[in-house]
Amino acid sequence: MVEVKNLSKRFGPIIAVDHVSFRVGRGEVLGFLGPNGAGKSTTMRLITGFLVPDSGTVIVSSNDIALAPIAVKTRIGYLPEGTPLYTDMTPRGFLSFVAEIRGFRGEEKRRRLEQTIGKVHLEQVLEQPIGTLSKGFKRRVGLAQAILHDPEILILDEPTDGLDPNQKHEVRTLIRNMAKEKVIILSTHILEEVEAVCTRAIIIARGKIVCDGTPAELAARSRVHNAVTLAVRGGTVNDTGRELRALSGVQSVEVLGQVDDLLRFQIYPKDGQSLVATVSQAAREHGWKVEELHVERGRLDEVFRSVTTGKLVTS
Amino acid sequence: MTNIWVVFKRELASYFMTPIAYVFIVIFLFLSGVFAFYLGNFFARGQADLEPFFTFHPWLYLFLIPSLAMRLWAEERRGGTLELLLTLPITIPQAVLGKFLAAWVFTGIALALTFPMWLTVNYLGDPDNGVIFASYLGSLLMGGAFLAIGACVSCLTKNQVIAFVVTAVVCFIFVLSGYPLVLDFFGSWAPQFLVEVISSFSFLSHFNAITQGVIDIRDFIYFASLIAFWLFANVILIEMKKAD
Repeated sequence: MVEVKNLSKRFGPIIAVDHVSFRVGRGEVLGFLGPNGAGKSTTMRLITGFLVPDSGTVIVSSNDIALAPIAVKTRIGYLPEGTPLYTDMTPRGFLSFVAEIRGFRGEEKRRRLEQTIGKVHLEQVLEQPIGTLSKGFKRRVGLAQAILHDPEILILDEPTDGLDPNQKHEVRTLIRNMAKEKVIILSTHILEEVEAVCTRAIIIARGKIVCDGTPAELAARSRVHNAVTLAVRGGTVNDTGRELRALSGVQSVEVLGQVDDLLRFQIYPKDGQSLVATVSQAAREHGWKVEELHVERGRLDEVFRSVTTGKLVTS
Repeated sequence: MTNIWVVFKRELASYFMTPIAYVFIVIFLFLSGVFAFYLGNFFARGQADLEPFFTFHPWLYLFLIPSLAMRLWAEERRGGTLELLLTLPITIPQAVLGKFLAAWVFTGIALALTFPMWLTVNYLGDPDNGVIFASYLGSLLMGGAFLAIGACVSCLTKNQVIAFVVTAVVCFIFVLSGYPLVLDFFGSWAPQFLVEVISSFSFLSHFNAITQGVIDIRDFIYFASLIAFWLFANVILIEMKKAD
């Protein structure tokens, strides 16, 4: 378990992390979201003990990092941003070095290496200098060193950044497979990734936590959450629009567009209530030819923009 | 202790994974020979000792050792691997010692490969092998002091060229600190006791005392404490500036 209490870090005049507190338990995959420079990497560096906070504490499995840094570091697997690696070494040499620092010797070391190499599929490049490997393989080497000791806590700074869609999928599958028995904290810019792998998301802006919840909860804060998109053929914008506005529970109606006689509306509910039943009943009563009818779940990117810029954004 | 050993192994192997090791050793052996035979008049002196060989070691080290030391930390900084290394379960003193020892042992290997000089002088005459042994030890210790300075400077920058130049300058000051060039600079404004302290820091006077057969344990202690001081500074500076 990772508990972060009132963590602050300042670089000169810039407050990189400003009184951040949260707690993550086993089985959770916490996604750290935020614009560049929001303090995601700094927070991760504070948790992994690379940086020392100005104030606040980090407690990892009941060890305070300020008092027992080595105990904390043995429990954490960390992939730093940009996957720094010793480029002169081969993956085998490098992983063997990490294994020895982690205290594995002999048979145990051999077994760990073999397992980890299998998990991230590094077999074919084991003897090539890391500097000559492709980005995808480098990332796998970075992941391998992070999971080699089967840590309780896994901290991954932008694990899929710069990878192609197939490689992204692979890394996400790897993360999901490990999620049950670990605490995983990862940072990302990619909002679909949050929905794909995270059980919880924290949005951080200007060093502060501005949002904390499940991806669905965050999406529910979107302006379009539970809005109904309706496309009908025939009729006029004015008539149909007026009839929609008259329905109970409707806050407002927006015309999304008109192509020939196909009209598209977005209908926003009052207080986020569900509207789809009302709308479909109205469609039947008025005899509209419905081409499309669906409910918006809400868009993370919109929530992200509105909470990180402090403005309500219309999409 | 085991962590120091693991870091040491990786670091020493990394010298041999790149051409650095071979280039360094070849140039070191070549230049130490050239200096001894041409500048030191090894044969013409007609004396069976290795003084002309050791005499030039401070000057040889002045530009060769910084080239060994410059990468120790600057490379970790540039590649971002410093973050990787320092988030592994290892303390900073362990990392500093492991790296330093690797560079030092490497210097020792290069130095040991000059053994044909020793064979030659033993073949030609009957040298005092005690003095030669002490000189080798002194040379190794002096190399260690150069390296400790270099390691400490290297941790302050991600640029290896800067690390090289600054290390060479600091080492130059230490080599010559007993001589007018450096003393005059301080003599004009610094108090007398400080000037005396500085002049007692000279690599040359301590090293020459050893190679001339004046075996005084204090000369060895001088180099050992210098190594300890710079490594301690190295630990403190990394602790302070690791994330810059």
